[in-house]
Amino acid sequence: MAQVLRLDPIRCDGYGVCAVHLPERITLDEWGYPVIEPGPVPERLLSRARRAADACPVLALSLRQAAVAPATTGSRAGIRPARTGA
Amino acid sequence: MTTPFEPRLLAGPPPASGPERLEEHRARLGALPPSTDRRDVISVVEASGLLGRGGAGFPVGRKWRAVAEHSAGDAVVVVNGAEGEPRSAKDRVLMEHRPHLVLDGAAAAAEAVGAPDVILYVGTEHTAARRVLAHAIAERERESGVRVHLVAAPVGYIAGEATAVVHYLNAGDARPTFLDARPHERGVAGRPTLVQNVESLAQAALITRFGDEWYREVGRGATRGSALITVSGANGRPTVREIEYGTPVGEVARLSTAASSASAVLLGGYFGAWTSFDDVRDEPLDPVRMRERELGFGCGVVSFSGPDTCGVAATAEIMTYMAGATAAQCGPCVYGLADIAQAVRRLADGTAPDRDLERIGGWAAQVDGRGACHHPDGAIALLRSALRVFADDFARHQARRRCPAGRAAVA
Repeated sequence: MAQVLRLDPIRCDGYGVCAVHLPERITLDEWGYPVIEPGPVPERLLSRARRAADACPVLALSLRQAAVAPATTGSRAGIRPARTGA
Repeated sequence: MTTPFEPRLLAGPPPASGPERLEEHRARLGALPPSTDRRDVISVVEASGLLGRGGAGFPVGRKWRAVAEHSAGDAVVVVNGAEGEPRSAKDRVLMEHRPHLVLDGAAAAAEAVGAPDVILYVGTEHTAARRVLAHAIAERERESGVRVHLVAAPVGYIAGEATAVVHYLNAGDARPTFLDARPHERGVAGRPTLVQNVESLAQAALITRFGDEWYREVGRGATRGSALITVSGANGRPTVREIEYGTPVGEVARLSTAASSASAVLLGGYFGAWTSFDDVRDEPLDPVRMRERELGFGCGVVSFSGPDTCGVAATAEIMTYMAGATAAQCGPCVYGLADIAQAVRRLADGTAPDRDLERIGGWAAQVDGRGACHHPDGAIALLRSALRVFADDFARHQARRRCPAGRAAVA
């Protein structure tokens, strides 16, 4: 089963430890926040991806099964969220 | 030629006569039809093609079905009247003048998704709307049915975002969340929750009465039905109008003094896009068509500006607002929008260092898509449209030359 890195951008405080562990998949932006290569993590990088996730001081990064089906509604299904209302 | 379009949501007594009372409302439209199978109501709303009016344009029927599928008769309907978009006034007009249409829509939704509770979530600053709705709820007090609660939503652009709405109702914190479960699965008090804009619900109240075919009778293009828009400009106060989808921007302009000598227009609100007025004069206000052209109907904002408006100054104002309106949660949004807003402000003031314009483009690429919600994406889309439409103004400001509006400070 394919595994993906998932970043919770609210928890992330930009410590940047993840990018040290997995520079092939994680770079830091100008403000020090991680930019994660989308898509499944290749087999050979899985153990280091796990380490990158474990090293996050605020538990913002996790390694998990790739989602099977997208959510039915809402912003993560690729639709802009409601602004004046939903 | 077709017959002139007759307003639907805004049919009935003129605005000057204030909120429509329950008896007037029932005499004009009749009561909501008695419920049969709640799935039937959802099918009718789906068949109507009704799109959400809060900005996202998500199909309303599909949203109701998603909530209904998770509901064991314990769902919650949240009527979203936060209306935090600075250039929009249409939700307020609806709440203040047609409160019972909104409440009917909420009742129909509650019936359809199996919700014993309806929460009206209305902007704290919208005092008239809250007063009218409170009175309308009282008028219906002796009627059986759902429990209706009126909650004052915190002021702010982000407070109307669906997950922020749920977060506020659960924990008093109107900031978006990043949870695996979406509101339709687990929302208010962990119950399946429908968060729906007030205009969407008012439209649904009419569809429930008159059917999907009636709803689709109006419209000039692919998207059927009518919509409320807020028209504004340099001259006069913003006005709220009801149009049929597909009405060209130029036709809206002719109806409004706000549009006299318009050279640019902001469509969709602060999550929308600037365009040159000449480019969209014949462009229909049709969400499907607009999406193909990388425009957005959004929440129906149509805001004109004239040649005396400096595009850079106007963009500085909006980006400063958007940077100040973040939930202060996600780093790229917080720091990126702040850097962008400051640079656009420097350009507007004529104090920008040489590479500022270039750096703005680089920051935009790093902010887009990086938040828990779409606040940064919306702000960046607007910025990019401004950089295109006002390219000449931006170039002049970067070079510290006078822009056509004469506002570039010559250092």
